[in-house]
Amino acid sequence: MVYQSFLIKYAEIGIKGKNRYIFEDALVNQIKIAMKKCEGKFHVSRSYGRIFVDAEEDYDFDEAVNALQHVFGIVGICPMKVDPIVPYEELAKTAVEFFGEEYPDRNTTFKVHTRRLDKSYPMNSQEINNELGGALLDAYPELKVDVHDPKITVNIEIREQIYMYTHVIPGPGGLPVGSAGKAMLLLSGGIDSPVSGWMMAKRGLKLDAVYYNAPPYTSERALQKVIDLAGLVSEYTGPIYLHNINFTEIQLYIYDKCPHDELTIIMRRYMMKIAEMIAKRTACGALITGESLGQVASQTMRSLECTNRVCELPVFRPLIGFDKEEIVTISKKIDTYDTSIQPYEDCCTIFVAKHPVTKPVLKVIERHEHNLDAGIEEMVQRAIETDEILVVDANGSRVFKNREDPLQPWD
Amino acid sequence: MTEHYLDNSATTRVFPEVAELMNRIYLEEYGNPSSMHHKGVEAENEIRKAKDTLSGILKCQPKNLVFTSCGSESDNFALIGCARANARSGRHLITTRIEHPAVLETMKYLESEGFEVTYLPVDEMGLVSAEEVADAVRDDTIIVSIMHTNNEIGAVEPIAEIGKAIKEKNPHTLFHVDAVQAFGKAEIIPKKMHIDLLAASGHKIHSPKGVGLLYIADGVKIHNIIFGGGQQGGLRSGTENVAGIAGMAMAAGMLYGNLQSDTDKLYAMKEHLVDRVTKLRDVHVNGPQGRDGAPNIISISIKGVRAEVLLHALEEKKVYVSSGSACASNRPHLSETLQAIGTGRDYMDSTIRVSTSVMNTMEDIDACADALREAVPMLRKYSRT
Repeated sequence: MVYQSFLIKYAEIGIKGKNRYIFEDALVNQIKIAMKKCEGKFHVSRSYGRIFVDAEEDYDFDEAVNALQHVFGIVGICPMKVDPIVPYEELAKTAVEFFGEEYPDRNTTFKVHTRRLDKSYPMNSQEINNELGGALLDAYPELKVDVHDPKITVNIEIREQIYMYTHVIPGPGGLPVGSAGKAMLLLSGGIDSPVSGWMMAKRGLKLDAVYYNAPPYTSERALQKVIDLAGLVSEYTGPIYLHNINFTEIQLYIYDKCPHDELTIIMRRYMMKIAEMIAKRTACGALITGESLGQVASQTMRSLECTNRVCELPVFRPLIGFDKEEIVTISKKIDTYDTSIQPYEDCCTIFVAKHPVTKPVLKVIERHEHNLDAGIEEMVQRAIETDEILVVDANGSRVFKNREDPLQPWD
Repeated sequence: MTEHYLDNSATTRVFPEVAELMNRIYLEEYGNPSSMHHKGVEAENEIRKAKDTLSGILKCQPKNLVFTSCGSESDNFALIGCARANARSGRHLITTRIEHPAVLETMKYLESEGFEVTYLPVDEMGLVSAEEVADAVRDDTIIVSIMHTNNEIGAVEPIAEIGKAIKEKNPHTLFHVDAVQAFGKAEIIPKKMHIDLLAASGHKIHSPKGVGLLYIADGVKIHNIIFGGGQQGGLRSGTENVAGIAGMAMAAGMLYGNLQSDTDKLYAMKEHLVDRVTKLRDVHVNGPQGRDGAPNIISISIKGVRAEVLLHALEEKKVYVSSGSACASNRPHLSETLQAIGTGRDYMDSTIRVSTSVMNTMEDIDACADALREAVPMLRKYSRT
């Protein structure tokens, strides 16, 4: 075990004033959850604006780093060597050896940066910087000092023990999941919605998700695909409650009663409406969609206005200004891409008109929706009551509420 | 709701007797047939018994049989193994456009290895004629590979005639038959039909997945494609799937014991379903009709309905069928077979396959017909604009 500990760096949380401890606690909590999945025992602690993850037994380094890279709020992960407090001569010897192991190629520039929190240590920070810099130069003559813009910073922290690190592995950034509240993601089987959920989780939101299936037009495999996608996103967010709504009846009713070129818009209005109803019941403070301006007919500015009008909650559309290529890049990074491109149809594509409206007029849409007055409210209610709720995490899914079971107030 | 499983050409339910036998072998006769001790002998005897049963059915010697892991492996082994072993006599192979991917993809591989492959067309019934095959056979033709029964439309090729015609034209040409859909449902006597290689699969005949069979006639030059401990006379290394092999033989024995009456029952079910579905408008049954086609495969094209959606609508009634050829892949694609028999684009995406087995009853057929009668008009009403 070369590294006995990780120093966790976080940026934004540091500037949140009096609320800072809330964010820090949330981050510590998320790190604890993440480390539980790893082999070995870890101790997560917080002191003087730093978070430490100490390994208490043998562990798999790659697995631990990977787990930490899935915790939003972490900016940098520094694998550290930890030694007891020893006199300077011994510290210098250890530091030189450590540096040698970390950097086999020493044709580079460096500086030493010491923080001495234990003021009883006989040398102060500046003295250690100078002396240790000299010792490293003696040991590795190819090295050069650059105190302004070094390629390598050798960090020494003297606390109750001596901590050394030279590498900073990038973390995912963002804010700890849950620190910003909870929101409802409209999850389809496509490329965009998992990415948009991931992006909002990165800003501190815990996610619930709603999926509309339309049997027999969509299959069991289409649902499985969505579960798989939620599972992949849950590696960052923790368990996701996935609401599986049967949308067939509503969809066919709209198809029967409304102009076909407005089908998608009207259908999406009902999807938003139902999502909001579930969101309000489950204490979600916003909706999240994967819409990107102009990507398809239902995502033009005018179309978005029409779909936006049905809800009161804010609708977060983190991908609104993204090109498809940029979205694909993220989906590959978070590993949802290969699942998203499986060819199972989702209910948005089954009745697409050849020429759907791209500039819908809200008043016209609303007028046509009156054709649905006779039955739609009952159908919406039915859809909500037959909600099937699945809890999805990285290990799979389990049914939390069956379609036939009555809704409980806490569902 | 009772289950109506009508996708038996994809796979079948294992006969309870077969499951019982296999369970016993897993728990008691679990030895490695290559072991020197009693447990090994016990297991080896199961394989010996299986070979006796199967060679009795095929009217051949036990030594003509090699067990593999599946029908696809049998096809791969036959084609690659014989192509390599006979490359010095010629580098030309013949097959049809409607073969299973296990044959077509292997042919593509052999083309990349420098072999030349002729793909014969079929008529609108999916049939290839013996004359056409014979015309294509040349001095350097080493293998002709033709399926016995097509998996999508149930066309039954004139195998005996083709075999005879090939040998008359070139006695050195090997005749391989992919009988995965026919074994257990049709009498096949390789020697009489001039068949040199014949592939069959366990899971299509109410025995488990993971076991296949290859018949190799005496004197056929073949190279093995799997190397290892030299099991099965060095032809196919790897510890034998004893339970699977025993199960396959038992299931085959059961099916061939009742072949005549089972065949009549299957044709009666087929006839009944065709009668009922053709009452719906714009419905077309593909492939040879009645007793000219396979007893167990019914390919139905229904205009204006997407097969995948129809499949899921039937699924809601616990009626399980497949769209196109489920056996080939779960990706929606245009079926080679349907293209080859000239199916119009209108019907191509609207074709389901109902495949029966001896475990089905008329009730299943009626459930399927009822479900179709209900679903088709509904789905036609809500078709994509």
